[in-house]
Amino acid sequence: MSGLNLSHVTKQFGTFTAVNDVSLSVPDGTFVCLLGPSGCGKTTLMRMIAGLDLPTGGSIELAGADITKVPTHKRDLGMVFQSLALFPHLTVGENIAYSLRIRGVAKDVQKKRIDELLAMIHLPGFADRSVAKLSGGQRQRVAIARALAISPKLFLLDEPLSALDAKLREAMQVELRQLQQRLGITTIVVTHDQREAMTMADTVVVMNGGEIRQAAPPVDIYRRPADSFVADFIGQTNLLPVVPDGAGRASVLGEVVEGIALPTGAAKGTLSVRPEDVQLTAPGHGAISGTVTFVRDLGGAIETFVEAGGTQVIAVCSPRNRPDVSVGQSVGIRLDPATSVVLAR
Amino acid sequence: MRREPPQRLAHYGPLFFPAGMLTVFFVVPFATMIAVSFFQRQQGGFYTPAFVFDNYARFLSLFFGKVLGFSLFLAVAVAVACVVIGIPFTYLLSRSARKIQIVWLVALLSILSLSEVMIGFAWSTLFSRTAGITNLFVWLGLMAQAQALTPSFGAVMTAMTYQAFPYTVLVLYPALVRLDPTLTEAARTLGASPVKAFLTVVVPALRNTILATLIMVFIFALGSYLLPQLLGRPQHWTLSVLITDQAIYQSNMPFAAAMAVFLVLVSLALVGLALYAGQQRQAK
Amino acid sequence: MTALRRLFFVVVGLFLALPLIVVAGVSINARQTLAFPPQGFSLSWYGQIFTNAEWRNALIASLTLAASSALLALLIALPLAWFLWRRIAPWANIFQLLGVAPFTLPPVITALGLLTFWATTGFYGQAWTAVISHGIFFVTLPLVTLSLGFSAIDRSLVEAAATMGADDRVVFRTVVLPLILPYLVSGYAFAFVLSLNEYIVAYMTVGFTVETLPIKIFNALRYGYTPTMAAVTVLFLVIAAVVFGLVARFGDLPKLLGAMSDER
Repeated sequence: MSGLNLSHVTKQFGTFTAVNDVSLSVPDGTFVCLLGPSGCGKTTLMRMIAGLDLPTGGSIELAGADITKVPTHKRDLGMVFQSLALFPHLTVGENIAYSLRIRGVAKDVQKKRIDELLAMIHLPGFADRSVAKLSGGQRQRVAIARALAISPKLFLLDEPLSALDAKLREAMQVELRQLQQRLGITTIVVTHDQREAMTMADTVVVMNGGEIRQAAPPVDIYRRPADSFVADFIGQTNLLPVVPDGAGRASVLGEVVEGIALPTGAAKGTLSVRPEDVQLTAPGHGAISGTVTFVRDLGGAIETFVEAGGTQVIAVCSPRNRPDVSVGQSVGIRLDPATSVVLAR
Repeated sequence: MRREPPQRLAHYGPLFFPAGMLTVFFVVPFATMIAVSFFQRQQGGFYTPAFVFDNYARFLSLFFGKVLGFSLFLAVAVAVACVVIGIPFTYLLSRSARKIQIVWLVALLSILSLSEVMIGFAWSTLFSRTAGITNLFVWLGLMAQAQALTPSFGAVMTAMTYQAFPYTVLVLYPALVRLDPTLTEAARTLGASPVKAFLTVVVPALRNTILATLIMVFIFALGSYLLPQLLGRPQHWTLSVLITDQAIYQSNMPFAAAMAVFLVLVSLALVGLALYAGQQRQAK
Repeated sequence: MTALRRLFFVVVGLFLALPLIVVAGVSINARQTLAFPPQGFSLSWYGQIFTNAEWRNALIASLTLAASSALLALLIALPLAWFLWRRIAPWANIFQLLGVAPFTLPPVITALGLLTFWATTGFYGQAWTAVISHGIFFVTLPLVTLSLGFSAIDRSLVEAAATMGADDRVVFRTVVLPLILPYLVSGYAFAFVLSLNEYIVAYMTVGFTVETLPIKIFNALRYGYTPTMAAVTVLFLVIAAVVFGLVARFGDLPKLLGAMSDER
């Protein structure tokens, strides 16, 4: 079996379970983002893949071989650390060639590879510079080049862009994704930034409390969240209670919404509606009724806060479709079943 | 890197040499000394294995009591003098420019490492009649005639303070350099003068550090053995001098060992106290 | 405030410098008298250290002892500090404690302990016993600097090296050693300078067979004064100042002495 396979991987620190029974398949050449809030276990999971921590249960397979207990230095990985971990006592070139040098690769081969990699990260001629003299973005690139020097089977990055400012981070996200596609290398990135995950990943793995909540392509994660945690964590959403009315039909905030059904066997559920999918209309005619409590114009979008049945609903429109509402006004809310998801939990 | 407990014998490898050396050449000698302190002394500098308390019983003499009392008194006096000068000095040093700090630290380290013999020699020269400081006083018209200032208690005390002062500063330095400078700045904005801010904010904040330093310097001063000999009279001799004297010149190893064991107990008790004070500080 | 502070620094500086100035003064006296201000000028007393066989032998003995005992201290401290940093073994801290103990206790205790030990084992008076004695006595210094050096290593550097294929041995050679080199050098320097100046342990272990410079000065003091001892004092002070100056030049002295960051 090719690719990376995690089965029932568990890590306990004393009585605390950092990663709980995680199973995941990463096919060769895909780009996976482990996404979640801090403390969700994503970094621990990556450290176990790298062999920097040992799982207390389960197994890890790479290209068909069980590597669960293989020491880190025999895994042929490339990893970029959150701190970047560039060796301060080595030059840029020496940092990049480190994995080649300790494998006894000839000096001229090392030199050729350094030049190749420096060209790849757009820093030609930087080989003899001191790493202390580089800018944040340059250090970032050197760390990436160093991890790729031996053309590893697996490329791991732990919060690689967190030290960069917002602009540079966005540019690096695109660059990193393009690089990965060009090299076709299996890549796993740990991040807490959902934009980063959405930009780069083939598969986004959302984690919380040491467990995988959903593993799917970015669009599915956004459009078809598996549960309310994922819906709430990815982007902005309205989570509205769904209860059966007297006739057993699904009712949201006091109105029956056509085309929405409770999950089979569930007494109640939660409806996730993205703010851009909430439609404001005139009150009545079967629309959920509410009162506008606040309107803010963010320039690129207008957010309207509506109080309906004790819950706050947010609607977002583009300036082109500016709604004609003001605070205190009664409005109707319409939900489209096609863009709403009923969640069991 | 996973930091994990050693699992195989090979993991303990690096420990063999250091552990062996420290055990054979520190623990064993220490134990030998304790054993010897219970041995029976023979005429002519020899001793035979025994288990007698004679050597400890000799402590109960008036002479020994006086020496011990004087040693403790001298060490306390030196510790207090060093800490009283050292705290404001180190405080001001820690607030100086980095370059100035480095120059002072190099100077203090050089003096700290200077052999006790040389410090004793330097002060005996400075306190001598022919080359001493009194010549300066004569020249200034403060004194009629140059005179020797040693041997005297003042000379012993001064030289020991000189010897222990760099040590004091280096012990205080880490705590003071890490002291949050905004503490005194806050006091200043509340209307305290610099001196008042130092006395009401810095000193209380460092109470445990100061106590620990006092104890450290006290033990350091307790170890001084050449300065009392070179600059003092026999009544200024300390326990350290007496131990050396008994071991080398009187060839009474068992008695010297007994005194050394006693000195260890006093020192250990005080180190324990210093550690305890340090822990109290961390707990706060 | 600034004036007051400057005055305080000057007074402390004078207190520290005065005995040394006088010693420097008498070391250049033309005649063999203890006189200050110096009468005449002569560097012959400095020459004596190297030309007079007794002083020269003492200098060589001191330098040999210092160089080899500092090396021994380093050889004991390095694997111990590495082990404590690399492994989780709380019980091994006992050796750290043993390494710090000789330096914390009054030196006469270590000296007497070693004296009884060498006497009991029958090696009393052999020159090499002084090397071991000083090596143990001063192991504290490299142990403290190395512990500091190891704790300053960012562990992700070691992890990065492991992901790139380095095992423990390679990590030590290519990452750890270069990073702790400044601490290694300063630990050696501290032990060297202090061993050079140490009196009582050397005296109690080999005092009757080997004459180091401090022992030589003390013995000479009993027979009267010679300006050569002043010259030796100045020489030693200069050696210490140069060594610590170099440590400060190539390392971070404030950090080594306990200041947290390297910038102020």
